[in-house]
Amino acid sequence: MRSTARVRAVKWTALLIAVVIAVLVPVIETDPATVNIAVFTAMYVGLATAWNIMGGYTGYVSLGHAAFFGFGAYAFGLVLAHLGIQAGYEPFLFVPVAGALTVLLAVVIGWIALRTRAATFVIVTIAMMFMIQLLAENLVGLTGGGSGLSFPVPPWSGDFFDTPFYYAMLLMALVSLAISWWIRRSKFGLGLLAIRDDEDKALAVGVPAHAYKMTAFVISAGLVGMIGAVYGYYVTYIYPQYAIDPLVGISLVLMVFLGGLGTLWGPVLGAVILEPAQLWLAYNFGASRLYLVFYAAVFLGVILLLPRGIVPSVGDLLRRVTARGAIGPSDTTSTSSDTHTMAGVQSP
Amino acid sequence: MSLLEVDALSKHFGGVTAVDGCSLSLRLGSITGLIGPNGSGKTTVFNLITGFIVKDAGDVRFKGQSIAGLGPNRIYGLGIGRTFQLARIFPRLTALENMLVPVRRTGVRALFSRGQWHDEKARAMDMLAAMDIGHVAGLLGGSLSYGQRKLLELAAVMMARPQLVLLDEPAGGVNPALVERIGEHILDLNRQGVTFLLVEHNMPFVMGLCQQIVVLHRGSVLAEGTPADVRQNPAVLEAYLGS
Repeated sequence: MRSTARVRAVKWTALLIAVVIAVLVPVIETDPATVNIAVFTAMYVGLATAWNIMGGYTGYVSLGHAAFFGFGAYAFGLVLAHLGIQAGYEPFLFVPVAGALTVLLAVVIGWIALRTRAATFVIVTIAMMFMIQLLAENLVGLTGGGSGLSFPVPPWSGDFFDTPFYYAMLLMALVSLAISWWIRRSKFGLGLLAIRDDEDKALAVGVPAHAYKMTAFVISAGLVGMIGAVYGYYVTYIYPQYAIDPLVGISLVLMVFLGGLGTLWGPVLGAVILEPAQLWLAYNFGASRLYLVFYAAVFLGVILLLPRGIVPSVGDLLRRVTARGAIGPSDTTSTSSDTHTMAGVQSP
Repeated sequence: MSLLEVDALSKHFGGVTAVDGCSLSLRLGSITGLIGPNGSGKTTVFNLITGFIVKDAGDVRFKGQSIAGLGPNRIYGLGIGRTFQLARIFPRLTALENMLVPVRRTGVRALFSRGQWHDEKARAMDMLAAMDIGHVAGLLGGSLSYGQRKLLELAAVMMARPQLVLLDEPAGGVNPALVERIGEHILDLNRQGVTFLLVEHNMPFVMGLCQQIVVLHRGSVLAEGTPADVRQNPAVLEAYLGS
């Protein structure tokens, strides 16, 4: 009992230190290029965590989340334009509006896509993403079509410009993590994991699978839409292929797979490793998209060496090492790893 | 009093008639065996009763109300649990988590909270202990033996206190000692008031356990009665052994 309390104390302390470091990044490092990397890293931490609520917990892999990302950005830009909101801090207050609009879109897409399972669901989400992209391109009167959509440009100096966006992205990442953590320890989260394991069996023991999947999908999409909104304001100009970019959707999925699908911290770890690496490649090798080769290599590496991702594999390794000193055959290798155990559902 | 009534239920898959006007009635508190040769439609009847497939004709009434057309989760919520032919558990959840998935909650707040786990966890542990698998509570479902999975599946389905449980081959694929234990657990739960309908090929098991037997052949009820009646019925012998 005492050791559980100690582990919990260590975890909370580590989390607190990580949050303090994350908050201090723009203070410690004032180079705008570095803060720019931090902005995108925080963005992908939020995106991967939000995607994991659907893809990781239920096992329904959506490759179309870029649609919600881009839709959030467009919705935000249009809301700002229609309401005549001036550049500065005020637009951030309207980010939840973009999230709410994205939720409406997710209800429609989810209603259709969630009638399918497995590979069909993946394909439907890709198709939906391209449809949203085509709409953004063709609804010229609303979105500006190929000419793009401009956001109000904040009046901040070059050195400071990234800082408010970094904090906005960090806040979104923390909100996503808090929601992911909350769901994971709830009855709802247990239902999602049951759906991932065996959806028909889950139905047979009373889990309302469709409602659960829909809720997870909508929460996930809403968060991604809000992050897309902040992104649109940050880059100040978006056009369809740029805002609704399949590579965004694939990148965040790769981050989750690398870190650990269905774990709380896996998406964070995946984003913190891959996004700076990708930006480093882009900065050092120009816009050659060399990072795509890097991504492919990482994907292959994950599939071959760490099919479950870093967090579950390292967790198992640590348990095996600690169990080596224990007496008798270890059953720890088969106990629930971090991937599966919900904080409130461990064996007493 | 009749707990479940199946009335002229039919189901076709393309040109194949899987269930053809099947009717049966389950008394409250009884254990009924549904037997028949392979392909006679036993599992399809289970799937129709529990909402996994949609009927073509007929009706299913539970406590006098029609449940045909409801989804599996709604039917479970009404008090009908089921197990599967090959024990199905959640392999990447612990045995204890497997037990907590069926716990019912009402309202959105209750759904997202975990504050009430404690009572349910204690009940789940008691149930696992009663099934003699309390020691595997913390292990992943996927790491359990087949026999343990069978027991876990039965224990988990009882978590929402169903009034009727449909068991699809509870003795299938397990050793004789465990078959005996499973039989004892079923009798024990039956004494607590749970009604059972079970599909089974193990004849000594089904004849020893059930008060009533329904024989299905080519999707229709061929015979029904006590185990002694059914055992001596020439039509049943012919269906099983051929003329």
